[in-house]
Amino acid sequence: MAQLTLEKLNKRYGDAAQVIKAIDLQVNSGEFVVIVGPSGCGKSTLLRMIAGLDDISGGNMYIDGTRVNDDTPSERGIGMVFQSYALYPHMSVYENMAFGLQLAKLPKDEIARRVEASARILQLEPLLKRRPKDLSGGQRQRVAIGRAIAREPKLFLFDEPLSNLDAALRVQMRMEIAALHRRLRSTIIYVTHDQVEAMTLAQRIVVLNRGNVEQVGTPLELYDHPANEFVAQFIGSPKMNLMPATLMHAGQTETILQLWNGKPLTVPIGTPASAEGTKVKLGIRPEHIEWGTVADAPYLADVLFVEHMGNETYHYLDSGKLGDPWVVRNSRRSDIAAGETVGYVLPPEHCHLFDESGNAFARHATGNGASRTPGIDAPPITFAEPMRTNALH
Amino acid sequence: MSHNSESLLPSAAVAPPAPAQAAPAKATGRKRSLQQRRARAAWLLVAPALILLFAVAGWPLLRTLFYSFTDAAMDTPEEYNFVGLANYLDFADGERFGVLADPLWWQAVGNTLWFTACSVSLELFFGMLLALLMNEKFRGQGLVRAAILVPWAIPTIVTAKMWGWMFHDQYGVINDLLLRVGLIETPLAWIAEPTLSMWAVVIADVWKTVPFMALMLLAALQMIPSDLYEAARVDGATAWQRFRRITLPLIMPAMIVALIFRVMDALRVFDLIYVLTSNSEATISISGYAREQMVSFQEMGVGSAASVLVFMMVAGIAACFLWINRFSHEGKEAGQ
Ligand SMILES: Nc1ncnc2c1ncn2[C@@H]1O[C@H](COP(=O)(O)OP(=O)(O)O)[C@@H](O)[C@H]1O
Ligand SMILES: [Mg+2]
Repeated sequence: MAQLTLEKLNKRYGDAAQVIKAIDLQVNSGEFVVIVGPSGCGKSTLLRMIAGLDDISGGNMYIDGTRVNDDTPSERGIGMVFQSYALYPHMSVYENMAFGLQLAKLPKDEIARRVEASARILQLEPLLKRRPKDLSGGQRQRVAIGRAIAREPKLFLFDEPLSNLDAALRVQMRMEIAALHRRLRSTIIYVTHDQVEAMTLAQRIVVLNRGNVEQVGTPLELYDHPANEFVAQFIGSPKMNLMPATLMHAGQTETILQLWNGKPLTVPIGTPASAEGTKVKLGIRPEHIEWGTVADAPYLADVLFVEHMGNETYHYLDSGKLGDPWVVRNSRRSDIAAGETVGYVLPPEHCHLFDESGNAFARHATGNGASRTPGIDAPPITFAEPMRTNALH
Repeated sequence: MSHNSESLLPSAAVAPPAPAQAAPAKATGRKRSLQQRRARAAWLLVAPALILLFAVAGWPLLRTLFYSFTDAAMDTPEEYNFVGLANYLDFADGERFGVLADPLWWQAVGNTLWFTACSVSLELFFGMLLALLMNEKFRGQGLVRAAILVPWAIPTIVTAKMWGWMFHDQYGVINDLLLRVGLIETPLAWIAEPTLSMWAVVIADVWKTVPFMALMLLAALQMIPSDLYEAARVDGATAWQRFRRITLPLIMPAMIVALIFRVMDALRVFDLIYVLTSNSEATISISGYAREQMVSFQEMGVGSAASVLVFMMVAGIAACFLWINRFSHEGKEAGQ
């Protein structure tokens, strides 16, 4: 259990562009922090710098207040789980887990005690004599975790540990890792490109983009109050819809917008010090768009196609921009078909507003829909069943 | 990795395909089972190679074995009498005759084993150093890898002549260098001096064959994923421990194959020694001994007997290597 502090951490590979750009981060003792971001944004690089596998080009790193920039990985007391597992193929499961302890010159019985303890936690006991090649993907993953546990590190680092597993196993391992954290109460830094993993595992999420921290917060903070367009679209699936709009009246707690189709919309978001006529973007999550009648609903769109998941339905609406449709997600079945025209409603309290450079205007606290029961506080214009006409007839 | 290395073994290349498993009872008559047809096709496809191998390797070997039991001479091989094992070892009037009773043969055996042990272990050492060096990323890496092949590409005779000049006692660059540096006070007779000539041969051979070893080991090194080293660093392994505990065990199968190749080659050494040191007894190898009996003394029978002994020695040592290799594999399997 340790506290990690990053101070203006930089990484530069030779003359190449800066991969990590002045990152400040504090990870508290016992905290589970997930670093999430698209492929190539520098997640692995950041983790490897924390591990001591890559040099730190600039800035400082502290573990429990001690500067560790120049310490070797083992001196930092970290345990790392690699994406490829990186198990030693010529050693048995037991030897894989004991290797680091042998190098640390621990007494034999202490090694056996620790290896057996971590094998018990991960249900690896029947596999201790096997070689990595005789294990399934999930078992290998558990050995890799077990190897890290056996070292009893101050800080666990995971680099996309689940990305080589199939979907079912991924869900199972995700729960095992969460249970492991509850059990060990250790400090964990976990890297993934999968926002679902981030949302489900993290106590705090760090969203990384092109070597910059876009936002740090709890999963629901990021979902409800994304700091910018990038976070808004990265967290949540399908991603948040963005609609062009113009500021008509900027206010402290309320803003009147003119949407792309000329219609006005009042949202409970303050836009102080913004000039009228400024271009902004209105963001709304697929699950927050509601259906209205074609006659009464303020907005109409053609349905491009419909995806039936069984438990939920995705409707892709023509946004006027090719290849970038708006998505409406219903948590029930739908008999809307592609080619129809539908009317829909944008509940103002679920709207997000971004300025031209993509930064979010702070949402009103009451605008947080997270604690609400859907339907109760909904605006008067919602309907239980979508009503529509078929555009083709 | 173990699969790769096994298919590299010479024995695997000439092994006949595994016979088809017992055909199912109902696959009688005209219609052959797929298994059988595949086995037939396999035999057909390897037949040309088998015939060629027999013609260039099997037949000469059988002829040599045949002549080793005769008293044929080199110029009249068709006139011969069977003499049994007399060419190998014979007792007459309380004295022993034959190759195995010849002190020069035992000198040649000693020379050959000494040469093999020295040159192969030096090659392994320097080959490993070079391979580890080439496995690091640096500028001009491709050039170094190509350049390192040059000694291997030069024909042995040219190598021998070249080193012969370099070792020349009066005009050679080696003596010149050693004199200038001050390591010696008078020129050394590298080729003529019996205690030095074997070292001259070993040095020339190591120079020529290190590239082979280095590239074999480099190929094996490149098979090791880099994240294993990173995991080992996290586990607190020093550079030496990473080499000892990760690198070495993982390249071991490839290293054994490379060693087999090199030991086989070194045991058969002839041209380098013959060109560099002529007929010197101090450096004569077992192949050189066989040639001397056959060509210089025209003793086809004795020469053949010596050749058969060379063959048996090489084959025996190869078999030992393969056995050790298999044994170590089985040991690993058993550990599971
Ligand atoms: N050794 C290296 N030399 C140069 N550039 C590198 C090196 N390693 C990674 N990069 C670059 O750094 C960026 C981030 O890489 P990485 O941290 O692996 O991304 P992620 O793990 O988020 O997918 C990438 O653009 C990659 O090309
Ligand atoms: Mg990565």
